[in-house]
Amino acid sequence: MSTVAVDVRPPLWRRLIGFNLLTGIVLGVAGWYVGWYLAHAISAASLDYFSAVDYNELSVALAYIFGVLGFLIGLGFLNYPIARLRGYPPSLREKETGGVGRYFSLCTDHKVVGIQYLIGIGVFVFIGGVNAMLIRAELLSPTREIFPAGTYLTIVGVHGTMMMGMMTSGILGPFGNYLVPLMIGARRMAFPRIEALTFWILMAGGTILETTIFFGGFPTGWTGYAPLNIEANVGMVCYILFFALVGISMTLLGLNMIVTILTMRAPGLTWTRLPIFVWGVLSTSTLMVLAAPVLIATLLMALLDRTAQTNFFIPSQGGSSYLYENLFWFFGHPEVYILALPGFGIVLELLPVFARKPLWGYRLAVAGMLGVALLSFFVWQHHLFVSGMNADLRPFYILSTELISIPTGFTFLCGMMTLWRGRIRYSVPMLFALAWFFNFLIGGLTGVFLSDAPSDVTTHGSFFSMAHFHYTIMGGLVFTFFAGIYYWVPKMTGFMLNETLGKVHFWMMFVFFNLTFFPLFIAGFFGQPRRVVTYPKNLQFLNDWVSVCAFVLGASMLVFIYNFVKSMLFDRVPAPANPWGSKSIEFQLPSPVPVHDFDRIPVFSGDPYGYGEAPTPVIVPAGAPAGRD
Amino acid sequence: MSTPASTGQGGGDAVWTKHAKRVLLAWLVLSAIGTPIIWFVLGPHLPPGKGSVQAAGQVFDNTVLTAVLTPVIALLVVFFVYALTQFRAESSTDLTDGPPMRNDSTVQTWWVAVTGVVVLFLAGFGTYELLKDGSGGGQGPSPIAKVSGSNLQVQVIAQQWEFTYRYPSYGGLETSQLELPANTTVVLHVTSLDATHSFWARQLGVKADANPGVDNVVYVQTKNPMAFDIHCAELCGLWHGYMFDTGHVVQASEFASWIKQQQQVFASIAKYMPKYATFYYPDPQRRAG
Amino acid sequence: MRSTTWKLIGVVLGVLLVGLLIGFYVSSLTKENGSPSYTVPVQNNNGHPVVNMTIQTVAAVGPEYSSNPDFVSYLIRNTQGKWVRSTVWRVPANATVHVTIYNFDGNSGLRNAYLARPMGVDGNVEMIDGTAADAINPDDASHTFAVPAYHLIVPLPGVADNAKNQCGVAPCTLSMAHRTVTFTFHTGAAGHYRWQCFVPCAAGWLYGFGGPMQTIGYMDGFLDVV
Repeated sequence: MSTVAVDVRPPLWRRLIGFNLLTGIVLGVAGWYVGWYLAHAISAASLDYFSAVDYNELSVALAYIFGVLGFLIGLGFLNYPIARLRGYPPSLREKETGGVGRYFSLCTDHKVVGIQYLIGIGVFVFIGGVNAMLIRAELLSPTREIFPAGTYLTIVGVHGTMMMGMMTSGILGPFGNYLVPLMIGARRMAFPRIEALTFWILMAGGTILETTIFFGGFPTGWTGYAPLNIEANVGMVCYILFFALVGISMTLLGLNMIVTILTMRAPGLTWTRLPIFVWGVLSTSTLMVLAAPVLIATLLMALLDRTAQTNFFIPSQGGSSYLYENLFWFFGHPEVYILALPGFGIVLELLPVFARKPLWGYRLAVAGMLGVALLSFFVWQHHLFVSGMNADLRPFYILSTELISIPTGFTFLCGMMTLWRGRIRYSVPMLFALAWFFNFLIGGLTGVFLSDAPSDVTTHGSFFSMAHFHYTIMGGLVFTFFAGIYYWVPKMTGFMLNETLGKVHFWMMFVFFNLTFFPLFIAGFFGQPRRVVTYPKNLQFLNDWVSVCAFVLGASMLVFIYNFVKSMLFDRVPAPANPWGSKSIEFQLPSPVPVHDFDRIPVFSGDPYGYGEAPTPVIVPAGAPAGRD
Repeated sequence: MSTPASTGQGGGDAVWTKHAKRVLLAWLVLSAIGTPIIWFVLGPHLPPGKGSVQAAGQVFDNTVLTAVLTPVIALLVVFFVYALTQFRAESSTDLTDGPPMRNDSTVQTWWVAVTGVVVLFLAGFGTYELLKDGSGGGQGPSPIAKVSGSNLQVQVIAQQWEFTYRYPSYGGLETSQLELPANTTVVLHVTSLDATHSFWARQLGVKADANPGVDNVVYVQTKNPMAFDIHCAELCGLWHGYMFDTGHVVQASEFASWIKQQQQVFASIAKYMPKYATFYYPDPQRRAG
Repeated sequence: MRSTTWKLIGVVLGVLLVGLLIGFYVSSLTKENGSPSYTVPVQNNNGHPVVNMTIQTVAAVGPEYSSNPDFVSYLIRNTQGKWVRSTVWRVPANATVHVTIYNFDGNSGLRNAYLARPMGVDGNVEMIDGTAADAINPDDASHTFAVPAYHLIVPLPGVADNAKNQCGVAPCTLSMAHRTVTFTFHTGAAGHYRWQCFVPCAAGWLYGFGGPMQTIGYMDGFLDVV
């Protein structure tokens, strides 16, 4: 490089005008009003046909759809297609370099998108967590009400929907986008603009879900069963649009990951050398691409039932409430494995590093993930054992559901045998990864009671099933999410997180997570149905205990936030390139990973788990020049 | 940094066989003690109690599941306690590598075989229990697990937000409370007039979703007189949490006099009632107003 | 050093902002859709508490009472004789409750005909415009007053479609077309009992059961028995 471009930065006010988050919000609000008035214009002539008597539901739906479009245009997602239409050459220059501004605009650098995801999802999950605290506050007493019964249902619904929607991308968003290209030796994702799109769609969706409280909320919980979802307030539209946007984001994210992993692996990176985390991402992405479109279609039907008076889900008019349940759970069960599988990947990725041993049974671990992914499409009616639908198929769904424990068991075996004879270091990421085994064991074994149709009769729809899926999702996903944060954030930001505060966070979270959710199994057995605003008086002690523990669990999140802010803003202890002694390729790069990560495309000669083996160079620095795309 | 720790914790393969033997022994002992305790001490107290034949079947089912899963828990607990205490690095900066074990096909085969057998046993056992008497779950309009013999038909009508009950064999009598005769096979027909509900009679071990336009059949064989809790177990709107009541199983004579009393209450409304049907589509069928 | 100060100020401001947002969120949730509580005055009859409640039901609650002016609603008359929109009523335990309901709304018809039978009240009868009734035609039902925990249900017949001087928007006066229903019931042990309407009276919603039918403060409320 002989000529160095002189960076002449325009003044701040000039930088604020342009395609960024600010213009996105401005155009988003403008688009909202365009949709609002457009819908009024459409339906004024046929108000009776399109809308109920006292509100124009269509206008809320169209307003949000146009608002999202305006938001995306304001962020600059149309710039590239328009430039191409006008005959300009293809380029990938959207904010690839620059300062903090990159994080607030459309950026095609996968490392920026990863960090955007981490913060963005963190914010919405925090909101979901606040809602969880409100739920537990309400359940302190069976008789005294903090929130009106209807508002309580909205809080439950927002908590469930927000967590389910956001955490689908909870690991693939931040860590998938950041690490998969690094791990496979690619300079970028296959579709960098789509990668950015998935993030901004998700942020728009989360905002829409929160605004449901201005439209009366929604009473259906995260499952949104028909026909209650047709009967509900206009706030239901926010649920529908949120989940539809999540569905679109998931489909695109999954597609992007699959194409990237299939086509952009560096030379020598055969399928058996792929880091196990990438296998986790690949199997999750397959589920996303196959399951999420069903969700989008289902929600479109629900939206039409509400606005255009169709009857997909209204039994007396030829529709069926079973249709909704079938479609929803056909998405919904793969969805819970979309939440679980990335966790498998992170646990198995971390164990070899902290046990200083190769990953035991690599092929078995891969087979386990793919087996779970495959089987998860054949089990959805175990959510409907007592619904009366296809009752004679129940033995099949008992079998298929319990078969899933076999591939899940592979993950346990591979993890356990990796620990066996290892030299285990109890660093914070390792603690979170080990906690996964305990939590997922309890989550998995209680799942046996739900998969067995006779015992499901009592446990179905009770706090037992609620405790079960919190053990698998919070215990399985959120713990590995934090394992990933403590493990990779030093790589992503260049600053270490405080180890002592991390341990405080871990022990507080682990102990109080179990103290919170284990008693709920008992509450379910003693007759507390899910999503109730009141409960029998004899369960008050149990509920109070759970609430108090839940508040401490919530406080452990504040410890984490304190740690994160302190470490990233104030302490700023520089992270070494390889703080954990990992053999994985991303830890052979400097921290933080520079914008131009690989000068030359690496060549792989083995998998990243060669601990205790003769040191073989994983990366041969002799590949083709990595050049700009 | 990456020197194999072949001597790190001492010993050759014999030592490691010893470690494995210790874990196996501890597991066997723990399982041998734990499983009978679970079966005999915890088992009888497992939900949902023995209020009906179906509920008792579920208690047995839960006991078997818990007993089968006890050794699984024991294995993992023993393994992790042992591994996490024995195989520690010297410090958090100790980067000595462990032995490069990559695979062991014997362990894999055993693991797959054992989990496979356990899973197939559980699925087979669950299916057998289910098909024996329906286990108190909703079976839809054409049940496959029937209980033969004379029976009492009772319709459960869920609506926002109350359950009401019809007794077709007593002239379509409708009541707002549920009473059932003791030691009788009862066939419950669960349906809904609006949203999706779920009828949960906890101590009877009965749960069946109430869907509009669906006749969801449950068989339940009552035993001794008792009171039982009724809850709605599927989110159905504003008062879902308050949709609960107490039902009663009573002696046959008491049941007869209760029916008589309810018929007197019912008399004034009888002429307005729709004929008994397996489900109803009352107006308005779409939006009101 | 200076940059640390700025960062601290930023963090403090951020924490304050987040706290404010959470406070705003929680306070708006506690207010939203709720109903103020109304303590019904108690009269003593030889030590036995007796309560009189005068209630009206109206087709549209009007802008004076609610930000949802077209919601169908219950109103209760307070000691000053003014109609207030409250559906959470505090009454004493083990009391006799005399209720008078003026219904100004037309009929919608019950979805379950059985609920047209008054139950859980004295004599299992209600007085409709001064005449005792042990059932009404389910198609004539306009609303019900029901406390499921007491197995109490009182169907309220609607104003005839062709009646003159109908009341559209609250507050309605007794000079307008209405039906008067009176009945007496007894509260038991202290507790928090919900009451609701069973008639699909929420115009515009599926099955007539959305909006005001699923919002406390309109067609739903509590009997706070203390």
